[in-house]
Amino acid sequence: MEYSCQTYELKCNECGRRFGNRPLSGCPDCLAPLEIAYDLDIIRKEGKFTRANIAAGPFNIWRYAALLPIPEGFQPDIPVGFTPLVRARGLGKRIGADNLYVKNDAVCFPTLSFKDRVVSVALANAQKFGFTTVGCSSTGNLANSVAAQAARLGLKATILIPADLEPAKILNTLVYGARLVRIDGNYDHVNRLCTLIADEYDYGFVNVNLRPYYAEGSKTQGYEIAEQLGWKLPDNVVCPMAGGSLIRKIRKAFNELIALGLVEDKPVRFFGAQATGCSPISQSVRNGWDYIEPQRPNTIARSLAIGNPADGPAASKMIRSTGGWAEDVSDVELVAGIQELAETEGIFTETAGGVTTAVTARLYAQGRISGDETTVVCITGNGLKTTDALAHHYDHIDVRAIRPRLVDFVDYIAALDCQDVDAFPEPALVG
Amino acid sequence: MAIKIILPTAFVRHTDGQKQLSSDAANLPALILDIDKNFPALSTQIKDESGKLRRFINIYVNDEDIRFLGGDTYVFQDGDEVMLIPSIAGGTARLS
Repeated sequence: MEYSCQTYELKCNECGRRFGNRPLSGCPDCLAPLEIAYDLDIIRKEGKFTRANIAAGPFNIWRYAALLPIPEGFQPDIPVGFTPLVRARGLGKRIGADNLYVKNDAVCFPTLSFKDRVVSVALANAQKFGFTTVGCSSTGNLANSVAAQAARLGLKATILIPADLEPAKILNTLVYGARLVRIDGNYDHVNRLCTLIADEYDYGFVNVNLRPYYAEGSKTQGYEIAEQLGWKLPDNVVCPMAGGSLIRKIRKAFNELIALGLVEDKPVRFFGAQATGCSPISQSVRNGWDYIEPQRPNTIARSLAIGNPADGPAASKMIRSTGGWAEDVSDVELVAGIQELAETEGIFTETAGGVTTAVTARLYAQGRISGDETTVVCITGNGLKTTDALAHHYDHIDVRAIRPRLVDFVDYIAALDCQDVDAFPEPALVG
Repeated sequence: MAIKIILPTAFVRHTDGQKQLSSDAANLPALILDIDKNFPALSTQIKDESGKLRRFINIYVNDEDIRFLGGDTYVFQDGDEVMLIPSIAGGTARLS
């Protein structure tokens, strides 16, 4: 249940104590979250993490394995990540951004969200630690990814979710044969229960006792952004926030690339996005707090609905230290954000991506980000999983079917094209 | 009147293996004083150098975060289950 490794180990951020490698997520002394600390000197001397070596690697996250907590001898099996970074000219034009990019994890392999990155790193360690059952507390995407990757690796999966998750995310977990436990409560209740279960059962919970390893997987999004920009860092990153981990890990990735000489050092500002119905981190950033006030989530952006985010205080502090900012948007705005990204870029994202898109638009409108700066928007999940958010937004599709006649088509198209005016008028009153 | 205190495995090394304690404390500050007196090692663990509860401790009363109930001002009811739990936990059982 533990292993030693020359290049990385668990370390407490607060008191500095080190713990080797074992399934442990909080410091037993000061209770702070543990993180993976690397010996960058050794990595530099080994010369494994260079642009050339990375370019020669596979087109997935394992090209960055030298800077991931992957046990020696681990043979990567699932080709996760290396998702497209696309220039977003259409969206940019709408919101006044000349140099905008979308990092599109809506098409991450295998389960269409950035969670595939973290799960693959966590499960590599779960296997090393000897767990035969893995699991997670999840708002949906993580559940899908743990279920799928556990199936592929021949591990059993026990997954806990809030009872009211989107049906697609429930189905996308069950289909892989995972044991799914729906909890009558919100994510914070589910997560607390998982910490108690981890005490009693020999389960490898990817975001509980394996959390430090899991969180490192998020760094791959940062490595990819830098590599896909031609080994350059952007000026700004806009990132959705649930637990508050991803945004910090992208920064950690950038800092490692700087330290190892793969990119030039430059200031990068980080911007966080939340839904107003669950916005403890953006509230903390706006108020300049070094803590967060927990909230009871009330938003359709369920994948971001964590009212008491574990990495919230650290994320808030980091955002402010880079000169960034955080904003939150209403459910109405986030649905408009989903539509805007789809209409301008052909990318269908889930509710969290609607939040990130709408917050990005607002940051430009506020002048916090100027039009010429290079800005990367992190889209982390796929719209096919949250289609219920768009229910009733396209009702005209169902209004009527037309006969297979050209005249009907002509009439129908004419009606659609002027539908804002009188496409589907109320039936005229008789008489 | 008594309340039940439930502790995660991470803390039982300070309570002689007990996972459940009982207390007559009327509110959270009184409960902390109670712990100071009866389990000083646990008290040191859950409080920082300035004597305040550590940032990484969450306290729940019957499944509800005490901060939603009024925090220090919440008056414990007879039979309340009070849980002290680190915000990041799990896996400490095997730590030597």
